[in-house]
Amino acid sequence: MGISVKHISKSYDKVRALDDISFEVKPGELFGLIGPDGAGKTTLFRILTTLLIADKGEATVAGYDVVNDYKAIRNLVGYMPGRFSLYQDLTVEENLNFFATIFGTTIEENYDLIKDIYVQIEPFKNRRAGKLSGGMKQKLALSCALIHKPKVLFLDEPTTGVDPVSRKEFWEILKRLQQKDITILVSTPYMDEAALCDRIALMTGGQILQLSAPEAIIASFPKKIFKVRTAETYRLIQDLKVFTQTHSAYPFGEYMHFTSMESDFKAEDLIRYLKGKKHKNIEVLETEPTIEDSFMELSK
Amino acid sequence: MKRFIGFIKKEFYHIFRDKRSLFILFGMPIVQVMLFGFAITNEINNVDIAILDHSKDANTKQIIDKISASKYFSIKDFLDNERDIETAFKKGEIKAVLNFEKDFSKKLMTENQATVQILTDATDPNTANTISNYTSSILSSYQELLNKDISIPYQIGVQTRMFYNPELKSVFMFVPGVMTIILMLVSAMMTSISITREKELGTMEILLVSPLKPFQVIVGKVVPYILLSVINAIVIILLSIFVFSMPVEGNLFLLGAETILFIMNALSLGILISTVSASQQTAMMVSLMGLMLPVILLSGFIFPISSMPFPLQVISNIIPARWFIIILKGIMLKGVGLVYLWKETLILVGMTLFFIALSVKKYKIRLE
Repeated sequence: MGISVKHISKSYDKVRALDDISFEVKPGELFGLIGPDGAGKTTLFRILTTLLIADKGEATVAGYDVVNDYKAIRNLVGYMPGRFSLYQDLTVEENLNFFATIFGTTIEENYDLIKDIYVQIEPFKNRRAGKLSGGMKQKLALSCALIHKPKVLFLDEPTTGVDPVSRKEFWEILKRLQQKDITILVSTPYMDEAALCDRIALMTGGQILQLSAPEAIIASFPKKIFKVRTAETYRLIQDLKVFTQTHSAYPFGEYMHFTSMESDFKAEDLIRYLKGKKHKNIEVLETEPTIEDSFMELSK
Repeated sequence: MKRFIGFIKKEFYHIFRDKRSLFILFGMPIVQVMLFGFAITNEINNVDIAILDHSKDANTKQIIDKISASKYFSIKDFLDNERDIETAFKKGEIKAVLNFEKDFSKKLMTENQATVQILTDATDPNTANTISNYTSSILSSYQELLNKDISIPYQIGVQTRMFYNPELKSVFMFVPGVMTIILMLVSAMMTSISITREKELGTMEILLVSPLKPFQVIVGKVVPYILLSVINAIVIILLSIFVFSMPVEGNLFLLGAETILFIMNALSLGILISTVSASQQTAMMVSLMGLMLPVILLSGFIFPISSMPFPLQVISNIIPARWFIIILKGIMLKGVGLVYLWKETLILVGMTLFFIALSVKKYKIRLE
């Protein structure tokens, strides 16, 4: 019931959306595709959900070929597209009922699967879907994608445009669904969500940069990372860019993350340089790398 | 089957919650029938004319009385000389002038011939033509009255009778045409829009990744609009019977069945349009430009097909509306049955099947 992707390539006109992508998702795994907009995540989802045909390569979902057995796949996957794609003029309940009916089931039959999510939107069940908040919409869309008890669940950026609290809830729900033997492929541009997946593929420009468990990706980060802060952020960015020792420097929250070309680089070296540039309130601390650091390093 | 019913239920929700499409569905037909029936007509009624009478004798007076007694003309002005004619036309108050020559009665009695000149304002050629025909016929009936007692040798008596529409009411011509246009537009436009809307809003993506088969989606889209279009057709027929006293000589059931056939034809065209257009906007433009103009211009609704140039006559054959108008006129005005209309019916059936087959074939099971 897993997913297998072998040497998939897809181009639109001259743009190469996917370039020789291969990976496996094990049955029951929560697998994340992490990457910025334009990385090719949506194209990959559409190929796996049988909506597009790849130019090259082959893929199977739950053992079925995405081109030849598309009818079988359409029966057993749940798909939540990146854009909110429910009927805005139908109420919450009508939407859910509609999707249950076209998959030949009823809300009652699979209620236990969606119960956790649905209880949160049930108070609004007579509200039109178009009038829900962003988080509510996503919960409804997930309920609709789950209503027929799919074997494989495809979630294309389910948390984009959702507030942090709802995002956290959403991921808790996904974790619980995983317990019910559903294979989940999820994409997100938020690096902090990557740590919640079993395994992730870091994607950019239609290619996979690295594929591993999130912890392994962090552990394989090759350099020491320093977080840097001074009174003048803008001048700090300029100065770090021209520093001869700099390997990389990019903003990370209220800090700058800095790596050096030298392996035995010390915080004092940087403090000395910044003092020379007349910075005040200098703060340089060694810190743990994150998925985002790995991504920045890999996509350099 | 349950899937199918669920789908149809959803379509009805869409229709009844969208005030705009409801208005198009039910408002437009009534407004159009009323407009075409009342305002757009090539009959003339109470046209203002002026008289320039140089003789002012018994005969001219009788003619003028006859003209002012008819409901077609009302005499607005009496002119004194030729110079006033053009001034009157330029003011735009009158559409025609009757100019009786000097000594009208005397000439009529002594020379057996007197002349009256009809001058019309031909900025509107159709009206000008009709006015001159109507006045001529009033004059010739007066002439018959004069010759009542005299027998003229070698006379060819012309007897004209207008079958099926003895009073030449233009409503009889417009109602079948308008009904055709409305059914075509409403059915084709609404279905094509409703399918492209799913594409535009992204819901088509989810429908595709579901066990629904293409023909279930297509038929599910069509069924609600068949019902609504039938209601529309009934409204139009009732309006034409009770407001415009249009007769329905033939079988009502046949009329109903043929109407449903035409509705299906238009719906299948709508689906075909939706399979080739990506957005609601395009679907609407294609429906309007691609269907409305040919239906109005080439169906024989307004311009007779026999007087079109040959290439256009050939093209008019592929316009479903052309055949439906023949069927409508046949049933409503002539009262004929299927025996006379089987050919047109068969053509419509063939076209419908062709459109449906083509749409199912063109319906994309994927996104591209």
